[in-house]
Amino acid sequence: MEYLLLIYKDESKDLSPNDPCYGEILQEYLALTEDARQKGVLLGANPLQSISTATTVRVRNQKTETTDGPFAETKEQLAGYYLLDCADLDEAISYAARIPAARTGSIEIRPIMHLPTS
Amino acid sequence: MKSEPPEPVRAAIERTVREEWSQALAVLVHRIRDFQLAEDALQDAIVAAWQHWPSKGIPQQPRAWLLKTARRKAIDQIRRRENFESKRLGIALHAELESGRGHEETDTEIPDERLRMIFTCCHPALDKQSCVALTLRAVGGLETREIARAFLVEEPTMAQRLTRAKRKIKDAGIPYRIPPPELWPERLEAVLSVVYFIFNEGYLASSGKRLMRADLCAEAIHLGRVLAQLAPKETEAAGLLALMLLHDSRRDARLDGNGTLVPLEQQNRALWDRAKIAEGEKILRETLSKGSIGPYQIQAAVSALHANASDWDATDWPQIAHLYRILYQAQPSAVVRLNEAIALSMAQGPKAGLAILAELEEDGLLQNYQPFFAAKADLLRRQGQAAEATEAYRVAIEKSAHPAERAFLAARLQALSSSSSSASSSSSPPSKKRRRLRSRRR
Repeated sequence: MEYLLLIYKDESKDLSPNDPCYGEILQEYLALTEDARQKGVLLGANPLQSISTATTVRVRNQKTETTDGPFAETKEQLAGYYLLDCADLDEAISYAARIPAARTGSIEIRPIMHLPTS
Repeated sequence: MKSEPPEPVRAAIERTVREEWSQALAVLVHRIRDFQLAEDALQDAIVAAWQHWPSKGIPQQPRAWLLKTARRKAIDQIRRRENFESKRLGIALHAELESGRGHEETDTEIPDERLRMIFTCCHPALDKQSCVALTLRAVGGLETREIARAFLVEEPTMAQRLTRAKRKIKDAGIPYRIPPPELWPERLEAVLSVVYFIFNEGYLASSGKRLMRADLCAEAIHLGRVLAQLAPKETEAAGLLALMLLHDSRRDARLDGNGTLVPLEQQNRALWDRAKIAEGEKILRETLSKGSIGPYQIQAAVSALHANASDWDATDWPQIAHLYRILYQAQPSAVVRLNEAIALSMAQGPKAGLAILAELEEDGLLQNYQPFFAAKADLLRRQGQAAEATEAYRVAIEKSAHPAERAFLAARLQALSSSSSSASSSSSPPSKKRRRLRSRRR
């Protein structure tokens, strides 16, 4: 089954690249991604740029409304994702628990819905 | 189905269906890997049993009969499904079921799949209420309407909750398996907490007028037995079973004729179920001897000490206080500390207990926990601080959700105000007795 692991964290608490721990965490992400790739689980993974770059679009009465910022102001923001092909939810949970942001933020696991291929 | 079968046949079929339900369902879910389809197919097989068994008799191998029939019904259902999903999944499943069709298995050859089922129903990705409902349905074999009644909700609401949970199992890919060793402790804990939750819902209902719902207690004990039997190496599974049996032994003494809660202190101990106590103690002794102690075993040990005391004052309070201290190391919760305070107040006097309560009050974690105020009122009353005790009783009554509990506390408050002029109340243990108790323990 395919799962999207959504990484939510409080962006304001992100480490600066000068912090000695920054490199360690980056290494942890890279190692996790590499492990998932080698096990044939990885379908995709990316961090997202900060919410200050976010743009939200809504179409109401055929009119496109474009606003600055994320769709909702929340304490934790979407910061990246992993798209994994796992045997079951338990395997997806085990990867989610290894994402460094799980220790400070939250990982939401969502199974991918497959539309009929006609 | 049209003509009603004679009563003995009917009862025999009902019993067989109930006994075989959980095992047959567990096997089917494992094969079909679709909870809803498996349940529907088994339901169809049961309808077929009601058509055939009254005239032909209950088959020699009822489980094998139900499984064979249910598998055929599942294949029929898959064939009838014309949507894209079944086309994708159906082919593999169909082949699998067809291949198993000719295979004649007997009841004794069918492995017990209920443990898998329990772990799936209690998966932490499901919310607690759903786990409880699913476990009662799939493992306990209760009808949806029975579960709805036990939890005081409408049947459609409960049916919807069950459907949603089964859909999540399928759509989120919750595995149907016994967890691997690295997940076992966490998952077993989840299973035990669901079973204990069911027991407590029966023992002290969280809502409604019926203070105790014995059916839920009996069901939780049944589940506890299944677990202890299926996972014999798990000392905490046995510990939970012992704990539930020991608690349940007091059921008849917990309510008086008016439905008022009778606290342990005032219960008629002659009403305690000695057979349940004996069974609980035996299970506890056996599991403690395996040397892997956990919170359920410690709580069961506390309960066993109460069960063995001839009355409230003669209880081994120093030992109970000690057990709560050990429990606090495993489960550092304010509630455990509160229980230690109560035990310590009995072992050494209310002052020792009040010292812990003062600490707890400072932490502020039990501000909305009614039993804290009930305990505080009791200790202050025994300490002879009538005015403070009166205030604490008022808070305890205000915070209580149970009419029976409120009535009990109001009676205590009443007795306090009528005897507030005399410092020694009848139920506070005389200091001489306390001293004797202490010297005996040391």
